[in-house]
Amino acid sequence: MLRYAARRLLISIPTLLAISFIVFALLDLAPSDPTANLPLTIPPEVREKIRLSLGLGEPFIIRYFKWLEQFLINEPLAVLEQMTGLTIGDSENRLRVLSWATRSPVTDLIVERLPQTLWVVGMSYVVAVVIAVPLGVISAYRQYSLFDQIGTFISMLGFSIPTFFTGLLLIVIFSVWLGWLPSIYDTTHVVEDWDSFWFQVKQMAMPTMVLALANASQISRFMRASMLDNLTQDYVRTARAKGVRERTVVLLHVLRNSLIPVVTVIALGVPTIFGGAIVTEQIFRVNGIGALLITGIESNDIPLVQTLTFIFAILIVVFNLIADLLYGVLDPRIRYD
Amino acid sequence: MPLDAAKTETLVSVRGLSMHFPIYAGIFRRQVGVIKAVDDVSFDIGRGETLGVVGESGCGKSTTGRAVIRLYKPTAGSIFIDGKDISKTEGDALRRLRPSMQMIFQDPQACLNPRMTVGSIIAEPLDEHRRDMSRAERQEKVRALLDQVGMNPDFANRYPHEFSGGQRQRIGIARALALDPKFIVCDEPIAALDVSIQAQVVNLLEDLQDRLGLTYLFISHDLSMVRHIADRVAVMYLGKLVELASRDALYESPRHPYTKALLSAVPTVEKRSVERIILQGDVPSPANPPSGCVFRTRCPMAEARCAAEVPAFRKLADGRGVACHFAA
Repeated sequence: MLRYAARRLLISIPTLLAISFIVFALLDLAPSDPTANLPLTIPPEVREKIRLSLGLGEPFIIRYFKWLEQFLINEPLAVLEQMTGLTIGDSENRLRVLSWATRSPVTDLIVERLPQTLWVVGMSYVVAVVIAVPLGVISAYRQYSLFDQIGTFISMLGFSIPTFFTGLLLIVIFSVWLGWLPSIYDTTHVVEDWDSFWFQVKQMAMPTMVLALANASQISRFMRASMLDNLTQDYVRTARAKGVRERTVVLLHVLRNSLIPVVTVIALGVPTIFGGAIVTEQIFRVNGIGALLITGIESNDIPLVQTLTFIFAILIVVFNLIADLLYGVLDPRIRYD
Repeated sequence: MPLDAAKTETLVSVRGLSMHFPIYAGIFRRQVGVIKAVDDVSFDIGRGETLGVVGESGCGKSTTGRAVIRLYKPTAGSIFIDGKDISKTEGDALRRLRPSMQMIFQDPQACLNPRMTVGSIIAEPLDEHRRDMSRAERQEKVRALLDQVGMNPDFANRYPHEFSGGQRQRIGIARALALDPKFIVCDEPIAALDVSIQAQVVNLLEDLQDRLGLTYLFISHDLSMVRHIADRVAVMYLGKLVELASRDALYESPRHPYTKALLSAVPTVEKRSVERIILQGDVPSPANPPSGCVFRTRCPMAEARCAAEVPAFRKLADGRGVACHFAA
């Protein structure tokens, strides 16, 4: 398994390099001007100087390799230095990926925004899994029962209604009509006692629920379908013929086998947590990665968008690998040797 | 005494067993009919005896086997095992009866949980029903069971997919034997196996019967294999029992026209002594069986009476049972 993982990681290097090139080239070829948002009174020759100062005077291929060097070598070193307090080499003059809009290193921006995203989006994913797995199990076990009908209907709603609609709906109901929950997420809020903790829970409630509904509908459908596949298998009948308790039949025999595809789906969904829920973060003003990406796109902050997009690509490749390895752990029939 | 056990006391007694599956259709999934998978079947099995059940695909053999050990809830009829009616038993009480009756399943690939080791598959019924045994005793029992079915006891830590079909069927047999059952339903245990392996498994089953005094309900569509293993043979057609006789009587002089046709289809190496009877048409749908005798649509000797009157399952002079108006 270790050898398989190592081989897969090695194979993913050319993949990621290709992705990095495509991401860089796409954004570079896009007709956008970093000086477009500056006041119109700035004369063209000054604009040109600004462009040159941003490094846009170099040919495309040189800019690409410089960005790659900054991203793959300089940024990790800088993060390491910040974490450990050490000084490695000439850290003063090391060129980092700088945001055009804020002139601060992109990595610092991401590190700043990540906690909010992980709290809200990550929590919603946890809530979704906790809801979806039992929901799918019971729905499948009592197929066509009232519980199953209602559960299937709600998950169809959650599946088909976009988050910008459910988000606004929740804001109208809970913030405008009832006034129970704040409609805007306060990023600067610090949890220090029970009251502030309670406020944190309240402000997280709506964005978490909106995202959890969407995720839970998807996972519960997978869970239900996978359970239904396994419930009719012969080995389930064998287990019943052994005189095993029904609980054990469902939880040990059926659920464990049904989890194999579901765990893969869950693992593949994890990168989207880091990617943030762009739309939902925007609605509730959660200052997370998704919101960062949106502002980056709006202000033509190409280094920021390139870096974020490439980080998402890495996460997706890594979690694909994790999902594959989980498959091998869960299913003894699969061996990676 | 066609319904009764041949030689010794009766262990299993089935009376009027029916298993109807509802058919749902339409938007509101209303019940629009039933599939009569098994309809009014009665037979006895003596202690230590093997009753073979034969019939073509879809005639209700497997359903009968499953209903007899209550893997289904029968629609009607009663099932006595060791004098106790188990046809109405439910839930925990039924679970406690499981040790005395077990089943060997048809498909050895599918009937073993792929995520459990062979050892834990065999040990599971022990964990459930034999709490009196210590862990070490249970492990010892698993090894003994594997040994009993002719497998290396060290295989207990392997997974089912690491074995061949014949080995997996042996694992299935070891699993069925784990609780020392009296009665085992063998649901086409050899159908999924290679011919060379079939003989091994059947011999193993016979050997175990001699040693442990097991009673078998042996379901198969392989007529020569049933002739080899069974003491008495029941023939089913479209959910009905059409003939039940001792093995020799049935194979030598079948009385029901369906049994005749079935036996004439057995391939032989010698020159054919009996003319092959080729039945016309298909088996009717069990959701809408013909009136009167279910076999009349394909029977070479059917008359008007067959459509009007359901033939009773009656005893003939030589003790066999036949459901045909004309059998004598």
